[in-house]
Amino acid sequence: MIKKFDKKDEESGSGSNPFQHLEKSAVLQEARIFNETPINPRRCLHILTKIIYLLNQGEHFGTTEATEAFFAMTRLFQSNDQTLRRMCYLTIKEMANISEDVIIVTSSLTKDMTGKEDVYRGPAIRALCRITDTTMLQAIERYMKQAIVDKVPSVSSSALVSSLHMVKMSFDVVKRWVNEAQEAASSDNIMVQYHALGLLYHLRKNDRLAVTKMLNKFTKSGLKSPFAYCMMIRIASKLLEETEGGHDSPLFDFIESCLRNKHEMVVYEAASAIVHMPNCTARELAPAVSVLQLFCSSPKAALRYAAVRTLNKVAMKHPSAVTACNLDLENLITDSNRSIATLAITTLLKTGSESSVDRLMKQISSFVSEISDEFKVVVVQAISALCQKYPRKHSVMMNFLSNMLRDDGGFEYKRAIVDCIISIIEENPESKETGLAHLCEFIEDCEHTVLATKILHLLGKEGPRTPTPSKYIRFIFNRVVLESEAVRAAAVSALAKFGAQNDDLLPSVLVLMKRCMMDSDDEVRDRATFYMNVLQQKQKALNAAYIFNGLSVSVPGLEKSLHQYTLEPSEKPFDMKTVPLATAPITEQKTEIAPVATSKLPEKLAPCRQDIYQEQLAAIPEFQALGPLFKSSEPVQLTEAETEYVVRCIKHAFTNHMIFQFDCTNTLNDQLLQRVLVQMEPSEAYEVLNYVPAPSLPYSQPGSCYSLVRLPEDDPTAVSCTFSCTMKYLVRDCDPNTGEPDDDGYDDEYVLEDLEVTVADHIQKVLKPNFGAAWDEIGDDNEKEETFALATVRTLDEAVNNIISFLGMQPCERSDKVPENKNSHVLFLAGVFRGGHDVLVRARLALADGVTMQVTVRSTDENVVDVILASVG
Amino acid sequence: MDTLILEPSLYTVKAVLIMDNDGERMYAKYYDDTYPTVKEQKAFEKNIFNKTHRTDSEIALLEGLTVVYKSNIDLYFYVIGSSHENELMLMSVLNCLFDSLSQMLRKNVEKRALLENMEGLFLAVDEIVDGGVILESDPQQVVHRVALRGDDVPLTEQTVTQVLQSAKEQIKWSLLR
Repeated sequence: MIKKFDKKDEESGSGSNPFQHLEKSAVLQEARIFNETPINPRRCLHILTKIIYLLNQGEHFGTTEATEAFFAMTRLFQSNDQTLRRMCYLTIKEMANISEDVIIVTSSLTKDMTGKEDVYRGPAIRALCRITDTTMLQAIERYMKQAIVDKVPSVSSSALVSSLHMVKMSFDVVKRWVNEAQEAASSDNIMVQYHALGLLYHLRKNDRLAVTKMLNKFTKSGLKSPFAYCMMIRIASKLLEETEGGHDSPLFDFIESCLRNKHEMVVYEAASAIVHMPNCTARELAPAVSVLQLFCSSPKAALRYAAVRTLNKVAMKHPSAVTACNLDLENLITDSNRSIATLAITTLLKTGSESSVDRLMKQISSFVSEISDEFKVVVVQAISALCQKYPRKHSVMMNFLSNMLRDDGGFEYKRAIVDCIISIIEENPESKETGLAHLCEFIEDCEHTVLATKILHLLGKEGPRTPTPSKYIRFIFNRVVLESEAVRAAAVSALAKFGAQNDDLLPSVLVLMKRCMMDSDDEVRDRATFYMNVLQQKQKALNAAYIFNGLSVSVPGLEKSLHQYTLEPSEKPFDMKTVPLATAPITEQKTEIAPVATSKLPEKLAPCRQDIYQEQLAAIPEFQALGPLFKSSEPVQLTEAETEYVVRCIKHAFTNHMIFQFDCTNTLNDQLLQRVLVQMEPSEAYEVLNYVPAPSLPYSQPGSCYSLVRLPEDDPTAVSCTFSCTMKYLVRDCDPNTGEPDDDGYDDEYVLEDLEVTVADHIQKVLKPNFGAAWDEIGDDNEKEETFALATVRTLDEAVNNIISFLGMQPCERSDKVPENKNSHVLFLAGVFRGGHDVLVRARLALADGVTMQVTVRSTDENVVDVILASVG
Repeated sequence: MDTLILEPSLYTVKAVLIMDNDGERMYAKYYDDTYPTVKEQKAFEKNIFNKTHRTDSEIALLEGLTVVYKSNIDLYFYVIGSSHENELMLMSVLNCLFDSLSQMLRKNVEKRALLENMEGLFLAVDEIVDGGVILESDPQQVVHRVALRGDDVPLTEQTVTQVLQSAKEQIKWSLLR
C-alpha cells in the first residue's frame, strides 16, 4: 500500500517531505498534465494530492486559478482509477466555494451516485450535495430518496448526512424525505440508525408531539447504536426541560435506564443529562453520581476527565451528593493529567471539610504552574466559594492568591484572582489590609489597564478608611508617573478621595495634584484641575457630591438627553434631573460557570432593561408628553401559571403619571383575540386617563397593551393604591391547525388578580459608595425620626430583608449583611424618589423579643420624608 | 451553574488536526466558524501544541473547547469539540482516525509514511467525519471504504490496459456530449 512516487517527484521533494516548499504556481502549472491523453492516474493523483495539501495548509487560491484547475480536473472523470476518482470528489468539495461553475460536474456525480461501484456512490452523494442548491436539489430528489433507503450502509449514511446538511438550505424539499428516513432508522447498521435519527429529529423538532412519538417508538424498539442512544438522551432531556415534566415521566425513566447501558459513552451521556437537569433532587442524582464514581477509576483518561468534570458540576449545587466520592477523588489528586487533578481538587474543596482545606491548598500549589489558564480560573472560583463558606480560612487563601497573582497568566486568570481578593476583602474586614497590600504590589507590575483601574478605584474607596492611609499614596502616585492615560486618570481620582477624607493628608495630596495638572493627557489634566479646585474649597458637601458619590444617571439616557438638548436650544440650563437614573447596579451575580468559552464572547454593553422600555414607550404617541421614564418595576404575574391567558404587568413610573404595561399571551390555539385592553378600577384618588389596546393577540405570540394613570396631584403622600383589573377583548374562534379565524367574534372579559402599587414603585435604587458623605451632604433640614416595633420578625436578617424589599431602596456600605451573633445592626438605604428627590434612610435595629427599629429619614424634599415614614408605619 | 441543555444535534466535531513534532500543521480540517481565518487557526494550533506536546494525557480543555489527543513517534493527532460535548464521542473519532491510519500505513504511523500517503489520509478523514457529523467510527469500515489500491498491478501492463480504457472512455465521452 505504500506508494512510490515517480522518480522525478521523489527528487524534487527535498529529502523526507515531498510537500515541503510547494509553490502554488508550480503545482497549478503541473496541473496542465490533466489535459494530456492518455491520463496518467498516478501523476494526476499526486498533483491533486498536492493541490488539496496546499488548500489544507491555508494557501489562498484566486477564483480564476481555482476555476482553471477545477475545469482541468473534471477531465479526470474519464479515468477509472478508484483512488483518483475519490480524490476528484475531495477536490470538488474543497473547491466548491472557491471555484466558479462547480455545478458542471453534476451529471458526472449523478452518474457515479447511481452507478454500480459502491465505493463511488457514498462519496459522490456527499460531493454532489456540497455543490447543489435548492432548485437543483429537486432534480436529484428521486436519487436521494433511493439512496437514503439503499441497503449499502455507506450510501445510506452519506445520503442521510448530506440531507441533514441541506436542511438549513432547503428544509421544504428535505422534509419530503421523512418516510425514507423513517425506514432507514430501522436499518441494522448502527451508523445509519444514528444518522437517520438525527435527520428525523431535525425535520420534526418544531413539532413536540411528533418528537415525543418518535422517541417512544425508538425507546420501545431499542436501537443498537450507542451514538443513537446519546442522541435520544439529549432529545429526551430537551423534551423534559420544555414540558417541565416531573421526574416521574417515562422520559426520565428512559434516561435513567440508560445508566445501565453496556456502552460507557451512553452511560456517561445519561449521567451527564441527569446532572444537568434543573431542580434535580439528591435522590435522583444518586444513581448518576454512583456511575460517575465508577468512572473515576477508569484507566481511560478521557473517561476520568469526563466523570470528574461532571462531578465538579454536581458539587456546585449538591455538595453533599458528591461526598460519597471523596475517596475516589482523593486518588485523582495525583493524576498525571493535570486537568483531572485540578478538577478533583476543586471538587474536593467544595465538598470537603474545613480541616482538609490546608492540605488541599498545599497540594494544588505544587502544580498550579503546570495547568492551563482555564483551569486556573476554576481553581480561583473554587477558592472564592470556599472563602464564603469558611471565612476563617481567609489568611491561607489570601497567601495562596497572592502567590498566584505573582505568576504569569492571562487576563481572565488575573481578573478572576483580583475579583476573588476583592470579594474576600469585602466579606472579611480583618483581611482588608493584607488584601490591599497584595493588590498594591500587583499594580506595581500590571499590564492590564482594566485591572489596574479597578484596583485603583478600590484603593480610593477603601484606602482612606484604613488606619494608615498614607502608605497607599506612594503606590497610587507611582501609577501617575509610570502608566497609560486611563490608569493615570484613575489614579488621580483615587488620590482625590484620600485628600477629601483625610485632612492631614490634604496638603500633600494637593501638591501631588498640582503635578498631575501638568500631565500630557487631557483627561488626566482635567480631572486633576477639577479635584484640585473642589478640594481647595474644603467643604464636606462638595466633596461628597463630586468626589465620593459620582453621577447616578444612566449613561445612554444622559447621552440621549444631551443630544435632545443640543437639538432644541433653549434659554434654560440643562437640568440633570430630567435624565433617567441608572438602574441600581445589581450586585454581581456569583455565577459559577464551568470553564467555558466565556473569554471569547465579545462583551457588549447591552442597553439596560429600562432604556429598552424607555424606547418602547416613547414610540407610542399617547405617552410622549410624560417626560423621562423614572422607574420600571419587575414584572408581576396577574394570572396563575396554567391558565388560558397569561398576563403579567410592569409598572412604569413617571414624574406625575404611571403607565401599566400588560404583557399578555394567549395560550389557546383555537382563539384569536383582538382589541385587548385591561380595564383598571383604582381604590384611591388615582385617575385612569387612557387605554392603549393590543390590536391582535394570536396563539402564543405575546402582545402588550397599556393603561395610563395620573397620580393624585393634591395629595403627594398617596403613594399606594390597589387596582382591580379586568381584561376585555374580542374573541374570534379559529382553526387550530391553520390559524384561520372566523369572520365574526364576540366580546368577552377575563378577571385578573388585583394589582398593587406600593412605595417601592416610586423609588429608584441608587448606590452611594460613601453613605456617610451623602448623609452629611443632604443635611438635617428635612430629617425625621420615628421608632417602630416589628413584632412579627424574629431575626435581624429577616428584618433587613423586609425593609429593603418594602422600600425598594439600595443598601449601601454592605449594610444588608448582618454579622453573625450580633444583637444590633445599622442599615443604610439610598434612593431617589419620583421627581428626582434624593432620599436616605438610616435604620437602627435592635433585637430583643421582637425587633425594634429606629428609622431616620433625610431627603431634599419634606413630603418624601413623610411618605416614607407613613408607609413604614 | 450553567443548566443549559444542548440542542440535540449530530454536529459533534469542530476540528480534526494532525501536527508534526515541531507543531507544524500536517493536516487541519475545521468544520465550523469557531476559527474563521487561517491566522486564527494557526494561533489556536500553536496554543494547542504548546499545551499538549510535552504531556501524554489524552484530554484537555483549551480556549473553551474540549481537545482529545494522541501522539505517536513524531505525529500529534487532535480531535476538537465543544466543551459540552460528550468526551467519549470525540475519543471514538480520534481512535477511529488513528486505528484507520495505523492499518493503512501498516502500523507505521510516522511523519514520513504519512506524507507518502497523504491521499490516504485525506480520504480516511473524509470517511470518518463529514461536515462535523461523525460518519463512521469503525476503522475496519473506513479502511475498506478508502480502498487504496496497492502496487500489485505491474506498471507496463497497467499502462496498456489504461490506454485501452481511456480510449474507450474518450469515445463514450464524445458520444455523451
